[in-house]
Amino acid sequence: MGMTLTEKILAKHSGRDRVSPGDNVWVDVDVLMTHDVCGPPAIGIFHKQFGENAKVWDKNKLVIIPDHYIFTNDKYANRNVDVLRAFAAEQDLPYFYDVGTDSYKGVCHVALPEEGFTRPGEVLFGTDSHTCTAGAFGQFATGIGNTDAAFIMGTGKLWVKVPETMRFVFEGTSLPPYLMAKDIILQIIGDIGVDGATYRTMEFAGEGIKALTMEDRMTLTNMAIEAGGKNGVVEPDEVTEAYVKARTDHPYEKVYSDPDAKYHSIHHYNLEDMVPMVAKPHSPDNKATVEEVEGGYLDRAYIGSCTGGKLSDFRAAAEIIRGNKVKLDTYIVPATTEIARALETETIFGTPLIDIFREAGCKIGNASCAACLGGPSDTFGRLNNEEVCISSTNRNYPGRMGSKQSQVYLASPYTVAASAVTGVITDPRVFIQETVI
Amino acid sequence: MSKNSAPIKGRAFVLGKNIDTDQIIPAAHLVYSLEDPEERKLYGKYALSGVPSAESGLPEGNIPLTKDGETESQFKIIVASDNFGCGSSREHAPACLEIAGIEAIVSPTYARIFYRNSVDGGFLIPFESFEDLSKEVKTGDELEIDQVNHTLKNVTQDKLYNIKPLGSVADIVHAGGIFEYARQNGMVPAK
Repeated sequence: MGMTLTEKILAKHSGRDRVSPGDNVWVDVDVLMTHDVCGPPAIGIFHKQFGENAKVWDKNKLVIIPDHYIFTNDKYANRNVDVLRAFAAEQDLPYFYDVGTDSYKGVCHVALPEEGFTRPGEVLFGTDSHTCTAGAFGQFATGIGNTDAAFIMGTGKLWVKVPETMRFVFEGTSLPPYLMAKDIILQIIGDIGVDGATYRTMEFAGEGIKALTMEDRMTLTNMAIEAGGKNGVVEPDEVTEAYVKARTDHPYEKVYSDPDAKYHSIHHYNLEDMVPMVAKPHSPDNKATVEEVEGGYLDRAYIGSCTGGKLSDFRAAAEIIRGNKVKLDTYIVPATTEIARALETETIFGTPLIDIFREAGCKIGNASCAACLGGPSDTFGRLNNEEVCISSTNRNYPGRMGSKQSQVYLASPYTVAASAVTGVITDPRVFIQETVI
Repeated sequence: MSKNSAPIKGRAFVLGKNIDTDQIIPAAHLVYSLEDPEERKLYGKYALSGVPSAESGLPEGNIPLTKDGETESQFKIIVASDNFGCGSSREHAPACLEIAGIEAIVSPTYARIFYRNSVDGGFLIPFESFEDLSKEVKTGDELEIDQVNHTLKNVTQDKLYNIKPLGSVADIVHAGGIFEYARQNGMVPAK
């Protein structure tokens, strides 16, 4: 019997020839990532458990990326960044992307690939549920808590229960012009439910996945957690290699699922049959086609986060917004500073994306998690009242983006942009077809 | 958390399904220190404050876990429907419940990271029930969890239910968390 990609990585990192779903194994960790919300308590536990003078197991494998509560006057939030800063100095950490410096990055799950930490065949843990994003690179990557992070800081190891794998096979040679990876993952989560992949791996495969860019693949694996998944993975190929090799010369070993690997279940989709989707309030699995909710009331549009704040997300939005004025309060928050800079240089018919957004009347924020998870009351774009928002982010449980009286529709950047321009929930095909003509 | 197998007794606080970590502890509150003995009490004050009022303390609703101005709850055991703790990886979620005085949760299913954090951090015990007891138990009912015979007794309603044994995490639960477990097994040096 063969093994899946995830089983192979966990076997290799636990010093075994093979593992099976349900096995509890201790794995060696290649990268541990933490940020300003969970880093300080993890550091506190690390010192309490290993001693005030303890050193981390390998300073080259610990990556600290403040990104959550950065542009706020909240004194506690700012203190938490100070805690990270002191720890980075005390431990002489080479990979600390400090606020207010040229090295500041923004959203950790997009910063990790940009800085070359998402390498095929490796094990990455992060104190954030969307750490599963890195599975797009053929890495085993999953979110953990503060205690587990502190344990890794001291030992370089963590116990893992080997997950069963659900395989999602996509036919099709390319994304239809109106479709984005966000629509695909909203469809899947809607089909299997917010606990449809609990404790399991979601493996995305097939010709349709090979046709996707790295950023599209990241959108898929990013939301594996929204179906309860432990991790999401895509097998590495030349697209993966081109991205990773441009970012790091760190060696890595690509891993693939065996043809006779055993799966929990196999699910088939065809890209050409899929349509723009939303998740209605208040759950990521509350699916509807955009067509079904077209014309729905909105107060606000939001494009940002690890899920929907990548360069290709803004390029998509700009294609639709270009030459229009937005009718909703529309917030643009690049995930990272690298993307923020690219908004100035990337153009559509000669106009930089940033100018397209400004001329349309959008509000532009600084690279960070911002209102995706609400945050302190002065957070850019936060829903502080009963607003109805359409958002390219990842979660819409009550209160996720701020007030629990607010409502959030999750959608692709195309759909968010189309809705921003018309002022109500709008199918992007209206605009995409105009562009094609 | 109970480090032995003694019964866990206390009043029930009942919730529905898919209670995510933003409802357990809204993100605006993730900034307080978990180490400072006074500041950490704020987590008890705000535990479950993100749950829509009508869904908080079922079946009636509109019951906060922690009374206004207090940091500790009168309730000891949460009874919830499926997928408790979904959403983010924030360990502040099981931590805030422990700080509010919750000792155990009984739910048919949990989100993976919440379950793991509860166990590895030694905050509270996440018991799995065979059926969804959130429709049977009422907020305020007196409950007793028998960890030896794997039962939940509703003293108020005089009903007895079987619950699942802890399985492979039992050793970590009874050690009191991953560090204590690792020390017992020589993986981490004694303090």
